[in-house]
Amino acid sequence: MSAQFQSGARPQTDPRLGEVVLAARNVAKSYGNVHALKGVNFDIHRGQVTTLFGENGAGKSTLMKILSGVIQPTSGEIVLDGLPVSFGNSTEARDRGISIIHQELSLAPNLSVRDNIFMGREIMGASGVDFAEEERQCRKLMAELEEEIDPLTPVEDLRLGQQQIVEIARALSVDSRILIMDEPTSALSATEVEVLFKVIRDLTSKGVSIVYISHHLEEALQITDHAVVLRDGTMTAYAPRAEIDLEWIVRNMVGENYDLGSPPEGHALGAVALSVRDLTVPDPKGADYNVVDRLSLDIRAGEVVCIYGLMGAGRTELLETVAGRLRASGGEVVLEGREISHLSIAERIARGLALVPEDRQRDGLVQTMSVGENLSLASIASFTRGLFTRRKAERALIDASIREVTVKTSGPAAAIGSLSGGNQQKVVIGKMLATKPRVIMLDEPSRGIDIGAKAEVFKLLAEEAKRGLAVVYSTSEVGECLSIAHRIIVMHKGRISAEFDSTVSKEKIMAASGESVAA
Amino acid sequence: MSDTTLARSAAAKPAFSLGRLLLEGRAFFALIAIVAVFSFLSPNYFTVSNFLIMASHVAIYGILAVGMLLVILNGGIDLSVGSILALSGVVAGALMQGVELPALGVILYPPVWAVVVLTCTLGALVGAVNGVLIAWFKVPAFVATLGVMYVARGVALLMTNGLTYNNLSGRPELGNTGFDWLGFNRLAGIPISVLVLSGIAILAGLMLSRSAFGRWLYASGGNERAADLSGVPVKRVKITVYTLSGILSAVAGLVLSSQLTSAGPTAGTTYELTAIAAVVIGGAALTGGRGTVRGTMLGAFVIGFLSDGLVIIGVSSYWQTVFTGAVIVLAVLMNSIQYGKGTRKS
Repeated sequence: MSAQFQSGARPQTDPRLGEVVLAARNVAKSYGNVHALKGVNFDIHRGQVTTLFGENGAGKSTLMKILSGVIQPTSGEIVLDGLPVSFGNSTEARDRGISIIHQELSLAPNLSVRDNIFMGREIMGASGVDFAEEERQCRKLMAELEEEIDPLTPVEDLRLGQQQIVEIARALSVDSRILIMDEPTSALSATEVEVLFKVIRDLTSKGVSIVYISHHLEEALQITDHAVVLRDGTMTAYAPRAEIDLEWIVRNMVGENYDLGSPPEGHALGAVALSVRDLTVPDPKGADYNVVDRLSLDIRAGEVVCIYGLMGAGRTELLETVAGRLRASGGEVVLEGREISHLSIAERIARGLALVPEDRQRDGLVQTMSVGENLSLASIASFTRGLFTRRKAERALIDASIREVTVKTSGPAAAIGSLSGGNQQKVVIGKMLATKPRVIMLDEPSRGIDIGAKAEVFKLLAEEAKRGLAVVYSTSEVGECLSIAHRIIVMHKGRISAEFDSTVSKEKIMAASGESVAA
Repeated sequence: MSDTTLARSAAAKPAFSLGRLLLEGRAFFALIAIVAVFSFLSPNYFTVSNFLIMASHVAIYGILAVGMLLVILNGGIDLSVGSILALSGVVAGALMQGVELPALGVILYPPVWAVVVLTCTLGALVGAVNGVLIAWFKVPAFVATLGVMYVARGVALLMTNGLTYNNLSGRPELGNTGFDWLGFNRLAGIPISVLVLSGIAILAGLMLSRSAFGRWLYASGGNERAADLSGVPVKRVKITVYTLSGILSAVAGLVLSSQLTSAGPTAGTTYELTAIAAVVIGGAALTGGRGTVRGTMLGAFVIGFLSDGLVIIGVSSYWQTVFTGAVIVLAVLMNSIQYGKGTRKS
């Protein structure tokens, strides 16, 4: 049904596909003895969307950075309009009409939306920068993206999804022929994604070629014309849209069938472990509304509860308040029968309440410390006797953690930055599990990790639940709700809008969250 | 996926190479180079007595630098150490002159140990003010300690009206002699000040490498939000490091006034910068989370041995300033080479 390729094979040439504008020929990239790309062929067709699928570390971002001139390939060549080219840097590539939206936001938070969009290529008038013209163009872009953002708002005042819109607007403002989008929708709401797709269709009809990368497979399938799958630095499959489906992508990405598991069974649920009563949390940035609004929730020992909601539904704030990072203005949090609202984060951890935060780089990991030191960070007290820490006890704890959460690392002394995203996430989870919690809360535990690691994380949580741990995880991917959760709670604007058991359909969940099901 | 992960972590492991060794041990090699060059240039440099004298000079910077290291590991900076040093010296001097209590009509002459305790308490208090301003009131460390730097210096000047206490020896009939012990006496031929420095360095080293507090400090300096969510009392850590820095500044103030047998309100001007330089030369990152006591000690000795060496071979003090500056810039350059590589991701 579809063409399968060995490494180094060329994609089929099919007259329907349209002219190839930019192509990679046998491109390889090595860092020392690490081969990020091992001879990849990749075609971008005029006026069409090519989606690149692959797990973390498969080489997607590396390939895109090579095509956009950010880095140079070790071998192989880049062909633009049939002629070999080499870009010294991303500005040269931009001048040839290739621009890229990076996965990580690269905005200056202190500058306004307008200044960010025109950063580095300001429009010059007779007397310095022509701010009026910049503002006019900026408004036009925002109208196109159907986003009500004032060009003069500082970027730091925008929520993450809006910042991503600004990043997209910046790439659009260049009028490039080839636009590379690396995970452009990770923080966008369903409506915003719809608008973005409309913009993409608009661009392709004007002859702009798009390369699209996303972990959100279903979403990517809606927009793509071709799919290319990378695995371990080689291209494993290529096919036009008509010939592929979700199952095909996943199979080629991981090489086998994967599902995220099912709710753990065969164990009795215990007493209520965590109980939240009428919890109210004011907006942490000081806006005049409650991000969590008189919310009540009970979780029993051994139960897995999924909290689903869009960005800004208040999931993160709910979990951070229960963990003790944010202050509630009303209501109470009861852990195993004891009110804990007045306790510090450390005291809550000691009582058995652990949070795995949403943003592992910002809130989860200490980059200057080793894998082992990160794993033991939350349970230092358990291996401290008197004034000093005991190395043997610490080492035992770290080794047990690495085994339990199956971190792939060269050893406890390895730098945390040497791990892949999925393994970094496992370290954060392992760190909190090492505190021997009774209740663990995970805020978007699958964000930015590949499907294999995702399945491992969910399997681990299901096993812990069987041993009596109460598990709460939040997600914005509806497919994850229906995996291991016994109960699905949908949050919308700080309140619980619906509650389902594990037999519910995706459509019902999405409808309760205020998302457009038509998508 | 497992292949790439393993390969990546293997690549992250430092491969042995001469360049790498020179980069990581740079402060040590710099110190050896300095000793070698000056020993070649002056016959008086490479002698035990000269090393001991130089070491007693280094003691002042070294003690300050240990406190500064703790603060820098936390991701902060303490500009007030030079002023706390002067204030402590002046307060110690005033206490040695006797404290008059007009209400009771008596003059108290506290014994030297009491002077030391009171002075260190004062240093701790001033340091705690820094810490509270920074941890609770969210004043940037640079600004808070800059303010305290001016205030402490001003108070020292007010207390003495700009003059210097020249008589710190005490009187035998009052039982408060012995202040010069810190600066002049030797145990087994080693100046007391050097022993004080060694003791402080060993304690700080143990604290950083073996205690829970040390781990808290590295974690909150590396990523305060992550440390906070892992249950590290980040505010308490912050206040503690500034308090410790204050105490160590007071100790340095006592050692310095004992060495000089006088306590003046202008002592220790710009010493905060020397201490920062020692920490940086020792390989600590100003962004926090990276650095060791061993490195900081090497940094302090590099600065001390370099400037004393230049004095011994008779180079103008203006040139000393130039050399010291060049060494600092070189050290920071090396730091960014070392840490820049580690953090870059593919």
